[in-house]
Amino acid sequence: MENLVYIALFAPFVSSLFALMFVMVPKQTFVGIVASMLLFISFLASSILAYHIVMTNEVIYVRMMDWIVVGNLSIPFGFVADHVSVTMMVVVSLVSTVVHIYSIGYMDHDRSFNRFFSYLSAFVFSMMVLVMSDNFAGLFIGWEGVGVCSWLLIGFWYHKKDVTRDINPSISPSWAANEAFIMNRIADLGMLVGIFIIFWNTGSLQYDVVFPKLSEIAVISPEILITAAIALFIGAMGKSAQFPLHTWLTDAMEGPTPVSALIHAATMVTAGVFLVIRANPLFGMEEVAGVSYFIASLGTFVAFFAASMALVNRDLKRIIAFSTLSQLGYMFAAAGLGAYWIALFHLAAHAFFKALLFLGAGNVMHAMHDELDIFKMGGLRKKMRWTWGYMGLASLALAGIWPLAGFYSKDAIIESAFNEGNLILWAMLVITAGMTAFYSFRQVFLTFHGDERYKEFGIHPHEMYKYVLIGMSPLAILAVVAGWGKDWFEGFVTNLLPAYKMSEHTHHLVTTLTIIVSVFAVSGILIAAFKYIRGLKRSEKMENSFIYRLLANQYYIPQLYAEMISKPYAELSNIFWKSIDMKIVDATVDAIANIVYKSGDGSRKMQSGNLSNYLAWMTFGAVALLIAALISSVLG
Amino acid sequence: MIGLNHYLIVSGLLFSIGLMGVIRRKNLLMLFFSTEIMLNAANIAFAAASYFYNDLAGQMFAFFIVAIAASEVAVGLGLLILIYKKNGTLDLDDLATMKG
Repeated sequence: MENLVYIALFAPFVSSLFALMFVMVPKQTFVGIVASMLLFISFLASSILAYHIVMTNEVIYVRMMDWIVVGNLSIPFGFVADHVSVTMMVVVSLVSTVVHIYSIGYMDHDRSFNRFFSYLSAFVFSMMVLVMSDNFAGLFIGWEGVGVCSWLLIGFWYHKKDVTRDINPSISPSWAANEAFIMNRIADLGMLVGIFIIFWNTGSLQYDVVFPKLSEIAVISPEILITAAIALFIGAMGKSAQFPLHTWLTDAMEGPTPVSALIHAATMVTAGVFLVIRANPLFGMEEVAGVSYFIASLGTFVAFFAASMALVNRDLKRIIAFSTLSQLGYMFAAAGLGAYWIALFHLAAHAFFKALLFLGAGNVMHAMHDELDIFKMGGLRKKMRWTWGYMGLASLALAGIWPLAGFYSKDAIIESAFNEGNLILWAMLVITAGMTAFYSFRQVFLTFHGDERYKEFGIHPHEMYKYVLIGMSPLAILAVVAGWGKDWFEGFVTNLLPAYKMSEHTHHLVTTLTIIVSVFAVSGILIAAFKYIRGLKRSEKMENSFIYRLLANQYYIPQLYAEMISKPYAELSNIFWKSIDMKIVDATVDAIANIVYKSGDGSRKMQSGNLSNYLAWMTFGAVALLIAALISSVLG
Repeated sequence: MIGLNHYLIVSGLLFSIGLMGVIRRKNLLMLFFSTEIMLNAANIAFAAASYFYNDLAGQMFAFFIVAIAASEVAVGLGLLILIYKKNGTLDLDDLATMKG
């Protein structure tokens, strides 16, 4: 079993190194094929591990080697395959295998084909380290690793020039990559502080040492736990793009679409949720109930907030990115309410249908020659039947329509909000479910139905390659069936995670609640159908209304950040550069150099070649030394 | 009564004359004379001190210095003759060929 852990972990790493050997040569299709096969091997190993754990209920610990051993500090490279990590491993390796296969087709014409696979596999390796590590230090390495790979992949087309925000809200791939990286740095500082607090108070970073000690600390001072929980959650907020660190996620859509599917929808952005689930003994304590409640509230707020921005957006990928944000909000809502297994369940189900949705969007993009404005599409159903089917299916799952995956997972989250007796959160989540259905189908209808607006722009869409479409099918199947195993999944992960049971009261009302949510979802779809299925009718009046412009500009938050943070920071940097760096630091260094230079230049005249002068200088030197000796002897 | 200080003052005066010669003179031969004066200034100081402290070591050093000065002059004068044959002058200002 230990070998399987290593295979699951290192197959992506080998794949990355393999692709790395070919980065300097032109496209080699076999690089993509080998990478996909190695990822598939990783998936197989993860599945066998999962099967083993399901059957025997035995947690597998692997200690590869000591990493840091200094005094009392001992951090090993240790990995654990337990119920939570194995779920994540299967999800990550499955989605990434599909995305790798997809990328062979999608990146077909890219001149950096080989480099892409190297980065993509390196990302999967980092993600595996993140989910499998048995200590916070390993988790942090994976955390930073996925951050770096995300940066590399968002900025994959780094050669594109910067444009203004009016033309492209994300300015350029390299700008977006830097934004994502810097925002994550801010959050990672919080996470590091959290890890330090934990180490300082427990003397270890191993999960199985840290968590049992938490109750002792709670007796002495609960403030420590609260601070640690807040600090760790700040880290989670950055990675999972929660408000106010959310702007990077939509800008991250500048990366190639497979990247958006794998990293910015299915896996990396869920790392924050995973952290909260992993640290559930901390977040679930009585003492930090306030923090957990904040997590739930923030999650609900983000779910609503992101969905509202998706309502009016015109960019195909950005709509899906907003929906990712919104769904991450749902997951945090569940985790904050203590329903950790439901959060994990939604995480897994969401990964499947969201990756499918993104890959479908990639097909559309490929067909439309990188056009992303859904107002310029329409009627693509005739040309792209498969993609239409996939995206329709994924949107139904996202909207939470019975019997697809999203229905089971999202419904459970909304139920748990009701179960906690928090009707405000519940109502917001229900309304958001309706909005989710609306914007998902607004996008589907505007893309695939109605008048063929693309003809004006002289685009001839074509369906994606067959093997790519077949490669996407596992996600489509899972988007349908993933929800059916809900009860089994609950039994499986609650071996490790705290069980969360609905109260009697909720249990009685469960049918009513489900019907309420479904009514909202279906009516969302119907409104979208009513408005958009026959074609796009733009209304000047609505588009100029205050609310429409507010939402279309993302509540002006990117502009606000630019004005309030980026520009003053740039100004300040300018001042520091010109007045402090140039006038003080640089001037000092220059002065030192000048002194040496000038004195050298001056003393060069001593080298006259005339022995008489030399003798005079020698005498001068001897007298000077004598005087110095005299002074020092007088002064004692 | 002539004491140690008188000898040392004479020695110091001689040394200063020699030093001034080393600094001011331009002729190599004169430089040699100046260094000899300085050496002998030291010799006077050695001999005087040796006498006043009843310690023969100082006089021994003075003999050594005389011997070394003699050999130095033998070698130095030979070199001076060669330089004179080569350049036709012993003036330092004309011999300055290694300007930095």
